[in-house]
Amino acid sequence: MNDNRCGYPKKNPLSMQIDLSKFEPATEEEKRQHEVMRPSSTFFRDGMRKLFKNPLAVGSVIVLLLIFVTIIVAPMVVPYSYSDMVTIDGVRDKTAKNLSPFTYSEKEQEAIARGDRIFPHIFGTDALCRDYFMRVIYGTRVSLSVGLFASIIVLIIGLLYGSISGYAGGHTDLVMMRIVDIIYSLPDLLIIILLSVVLDATLGKVIQGTIFARLGTNMLSIFIVFGLLYWVSMARLVRGQILSIKQNEYVLAARALGAKPSRIIKKHILPNCISVIFISTALQVPSAIFTESFLSFVGLGVQAPMPSLGSLANAAREGLQSYPYKLVFPSVMICLIVLAFNLLGDGLRDAFDPKLRG
Amino acid sequence: MWKYAIKRILLAAVTIFIIIAITFFAMNAIPGGPFNKEKATDPAVLAVLEARYNLDKPVPVQFLLYLKNLLHGDLGISLKTGRDISTIIGESFPISARLGGMAILVALVLGLFFGSIAALNRNKWPDRAIIFFTTFFVSVPSFVLATLLLLVFCLKLGWVPVWSTTRTNYVLPVIALAMYPMSYITRLTKSSMLDVLGQDYIRTARAKGVHTGKVIFKHALRNALIPVVTYVGPMSAYILTGSLVVETVFTIGGLGSKFVTGISYRDYPLIMGTTIFLATIMVIMTLLSDLAYKAVDPNIKFE
Repeated sequence: MNDNRCGYPKKNPLSMQIDLSKFEPATEEEKRQHEVMRPSSTFFRDGMRKLFKNPLAVGSVIVLLLIFVTIIVAPMVVPYSYSDMVTIDGVRDKTAKNLSPFTYSEKEQEAIARGDRIFPHIFGTDALCRDYFMRVIYGTRVSLSVGLFASIIVLIIGLLYGSISGYAGGHTDLVMMRIVDIIYSLPDLLIIILLSVVLDATLGKVIQGTIFARLGTNMLSIFIVFGLLYWVSMARLVRGQILSIKQNEYVLAARALGAKPSRIIKKHILPNCISVIFISTALQVPSAIFTESFLSFVGLGVQAPMPSLGSLANAAREGLQSYPYKLVFPSVMICLIVLAFNLLGDGLRDAFDPKLRG
Repeated sequence: MWKYAIKRILLAAVTIFIIIAITFFAMNAIPGGPFNKEKATDPAVLAVLEARYNLDKPVPVQFLLYLKNLLHGDLGISLKTGRDISTIIGESFPISARLGGMAILVALVLGLFFGSIAALNRNKWPDRAIIFFTTFFVSVPSFVLATLLLLVFCLKLGWVPVWSTTRTNYVLPVIALAMYPMSYITRLTKSSMLDVLGQDYIRTARAKGVHTGKVIFKHALRNALIPVVTYVGPMSAYILTGSLVVETVFTIGGLGSKFVTGISYRDYPLIMGTTIFLATIMVIMTLLSDLAYKAVDPNIKFE
């Protein structure tokens, strides 16, 4: 009878009823143990944590950051320009031709003997007495911006086209995808060469006097060609993603509630496939840089005196035996950038692709 | 199968037609005719010339005439040299084809070999070394590789003579061309081989006590080959465009370097003809590799 402290009816030994006397309220300490141990993690934070565990991805992020900082800071520190001859006291120094890294021309040595301080030519100078370090830095700027802009163009067009095609379905989808099939089967580099040749000859007059004239026809035609041809794989990817996400119940629910297609695409579908699209954009950058350097090499690259890594490497073929470092510097830069983007893209895929998450 | 094949062949034909149309109309958009010179040509002479090359007719008629000529194998005349473009292609393409063929062979054999080694030694040092090198070589543009090879082995070490018509040495150009597709095939083979090695029939074969070599060659590699077949099309496209650069660097007189010279001289008919020729080869190679893939893979069903 003493057990029945709380006034419950006495338990029948054969009944299934729980014997409440065997339970007691949890202490404060025990309650605290049930609190969530770590803060809830979002998809993004979880992915970043995985990414930072991958040494290759972290290494490539560091390399890319270093390159970015260098190409931003170097032009502020180094007193030379990429397009003009090296000068001493405002006079063009014609002796500063094809200098090796960290050497000075005769006139510069005289100036140093007089007590002037002259900034070293870190990569030497080229055949037109221009500081080669600055040319490589600006070449990197040009190549990187071509890569980034081209990827953004591809992203925008592919995203729009793919989401319309995937969401509309039916005949619209069929026709839109046939167009994609045909563009996809065109040999892209050949068409790029062809269009660059043509645009080079026709665009010049059209853009005269506008901002575009500063970019040069070749650079513009690279962008146009990327906008015309390279978006198809992105469109296919987006369409595939949308087709699979469209099947989900929450999309049906949103439609039942009367949401407009644009809202469903924006709010329900895109956030769910954004990581895959982002990764593929990151992997597009090196391929754009490859294409740009290829075109520069064939002689359809950026306008002189503007350098790009490809055109620098091409120019270095003259006098290759005497000045091999002129080839080495831009080549190493291209390889570093492309390798870093490739590894980063792989790392992002491992960290963010929902299909690979265990 | 036949339905699929016919569909694919039709798509290829449409693609080739579109390429021809793009090429023709793009070249038509370029201002200035082929007879515009520094000195003005006599109008009477010009009229005769234009009539001779059908330039006085409306553009659609010109296009049809161009198509007709193409079907007869007539690609026009080079502006620079005045020679028949089909003759130029006929002379220089065998060199490019030989170079490209060797590169494809090297890339396939070595890629399959290294890919299988990497898959069979998963996460051991051969795998890591192979993956390290292939990741690296996928990031090196072919012109950088070609120029570095030329610099080191031809000019500095002198192991290989510089290319000339009498002393042809394909080693370096083939390496420069094959490195990227080889790396790609290695990675492809590795992942498909790992896929196959996890299958039940491999376990069954092992459990029956089949010799390891036989398991690898007869059961694993044959099935792992299937995805590689689809890469043959893109690879031939890569090698044909890559040969532009590699032939220019090694000064090989193949079609690739002729094309690049044509670009720098703005020799429009040559650019047009070569583009159509190369593009047609690429489309046909892609078509063949797609058809081969469907024929080889037993898992694919045809509606």
